[in-house]
Amino acid sequence: MKYYDKLIFEISRPGRVGYSLPKNWSTDNGQQSTDKPDGSLSIVNCQLSIPKVLLRETPAELPEVSELDVVRHYTNVSNKNFGVETGFYPLGSCTMKYNPKINEEIAHHPAFSGLHPLQSEESVQGALAIYYHTARALSELTGLADFTLTPFAGAHGELTGLMVMRQYHLLRGDTKRTRVIVPDSAHGTNPASAAVCGLEIVEVKSTANGTVDTNDLKGLLDDTIAGIMMTNPNTLGIYETQVVEIARLVHEAGGLLYYDGANLNPMLGASRPGDMGFDIMHINLHKTFSTPHGGGGPGSGPVGVAAHLVDCLPNPRVTFADGKYKVESGKMKDESCGRVAAFMGNFGVVMKAYTYILSLGKGIKHVGPIATLNANYVKESLRDAYYLPVDTVCKHEFVFDGLADKSTGVTTLDIAKRLLDYGYHAPTIYFPLLFHQSIMIEPTETESKETLDDFIDIMHRVAEEALSDPDMVKSAPHTTPVRRLDETTAAKNPLLKYRDLI
Amino acid sequence: MSKVIEGIKYADSHEWVKVEGNVGIIGISDYAQHSLGDIVYVDLPSEGEEISKGEEFGAVESVKAASDLYSPVSGTIIEINSALESEPELINQNAYENWIIKVELADPSELDSLLDAAAYEKICE
Repeated sequence: MKYYDKLIFEISRPGRVGYSLPKNWSTDNGQQSTDKPDGSLSIVNCQLSIPKVLLRETPAELPEVSELDVVRHYTNVSNKNFGVETGFYPLGSCTMKYNPKINEEIAHHPAFSGLHPLQSEESVQGALAIYYHTARALSELTGLADFTLTPFAGAHGELTGLMVMRQYHLLRGDTKRTRVIVPDSAHGTNPASAAVCGLEIVEVKSTANGTVDTNDLKGLLDDTIAGIMMTNPNTLGIYETQVVEIARLVHEAGGLLYYDGANLNPMLGASRPGDMGFDIMHINLHKTFSTPHGGGGPGSGPVGVAAHLVDCLPNPRVTFADGKYKVESGKMKDESCGRVAAFMGNFGVVMKAYTYILSLGKGIKHVGPIATLNANYVKESLRDAYYLPVDTVCKHEFVFDGLADKSTGVTTLDIAKRLLDYGYHAPTIYFPLLFHQSIMIEPTETESKETLDDFIDIMHRVAEEALSDPDMVKSAPHTTPVRRLDETTAAKNPLLKYRDLI
Repeated sequence: MSKVIEGIKYADSHEWVKVEGNVGIIGISDYAQHSLGDIVYVDLPSEGEEISKGEEFGAVESVKAASDLYSPVSGTIIEINSALESEPELINQNAYENWIIKVELADPSELDSLLDAAAYEKICE
């Protein structure tokens, strides 16, 4: 493929036109025109209704290009993307599963995509039904009593969940509980969310096999603890086998258990956070429920709670009674933790997740087990060439600590770069921080055995190259449009504006 | 391999402290700078701040990770190495010459609980 690196502004030529709008109805001498014959406002009259200070005096510097130029430009730029539709994307902790096309088709149905958030309740009963039934489905899958679908992403869900936790203690007049326990292996968002919520973070240590150290936990529990945030399986992809004991200890000390849903995928259809003893959780719909990540669309981070916390959920809520769906906040106002968004969240994303749940049907029970099987297959196939620091059955992902033979000095970064040459997205590297050379691989359940076998072959080849030709691996990638970047200079002297480059 | 030098004390969180009179000079070890890789930013505290042993007083950021700095001693910060603001890479060049803060020691007996060079070298293995 020819490398394309132009900005649309660089192909702009003065006066070139891609599409011309119909003429407006202003008079030639620039005077205010009369309204159009059909009684609608003319464009000039619309302009006159805008305060002068808000009107632009110089033309916007928009690119001037033909339609074909625009189409070629964006097609060429899109060819530079790497996505799950381009190739295998084993990015640990991110659950880069395939996003089925039917999700998009349903979410784009004009009956839903044309709705306005300020429409009357009576005119959006169908949308409210989807909202309500998605919450019911998530409750069934997680063992929790009810969900809000409003939070916009995982981190927003964490904040919302902690606001619920705080509100629960405050409603009982228990103002001392301002500290949250977070494992040393946790996702960085956990302590960050707790800090944003005004809570203090206390770290609990991991045992040698990466799970929460219950003895260390016992020493931390007192009447200032609001709760604990846990990821299960944890960031090493290992199931917290002591979770029932941890729940007992934290509940006896008066705290609540928060489940970080980032790693929910292997549990889907197999095990439920509510049954493990968790009181609050968030779900990343863009991971477990097959909606796009990042640039592919916005996220969504629904928050679920156990029965005793339902009234602490944020307002407004979607309720169902007497055959009608309602958006309500009034009667729950005093108990609610507040409002977390202007409207009801990223509804299009909720629709995609609902479509996924309904299209899998009972098949959803296979998601977690197959994700787990795939991860263990890759792990066991590669453990001869890569160092496995925690040797146990993993769930949906696992972590190597660099190459088994590190004698030539090839690091995890070099391996990740070399994989790009073979057309793979790199795994997550240098996370979790428990090891120095972490490589975190999550294949997900949507990959075939053939894809996994190809990846295993390439990983073996890279490990062989690390011994036979280490300098080549250390200078990878060699075939990508952009070679190895100088990250130090990029971090210290970032060029953030197009004008800085020209 | 990373270097450990004699005559200074180490914390297991990879900071070192060198004592001159009543002042503790604090930096990070060669092992720490090597593990972090190219350092691109040092988040420095303000002079005059009080810190206690084990408390976070700043952070170092590399292209790989951001890592908090923990004070090995208690006291008052009397000087910061402001050269690191524009040249954080000095720590990569020589982690023992390029100190981060100087602290007036509140309790010199705290030094007894820190590691000597031999003990620190062991935990870096």
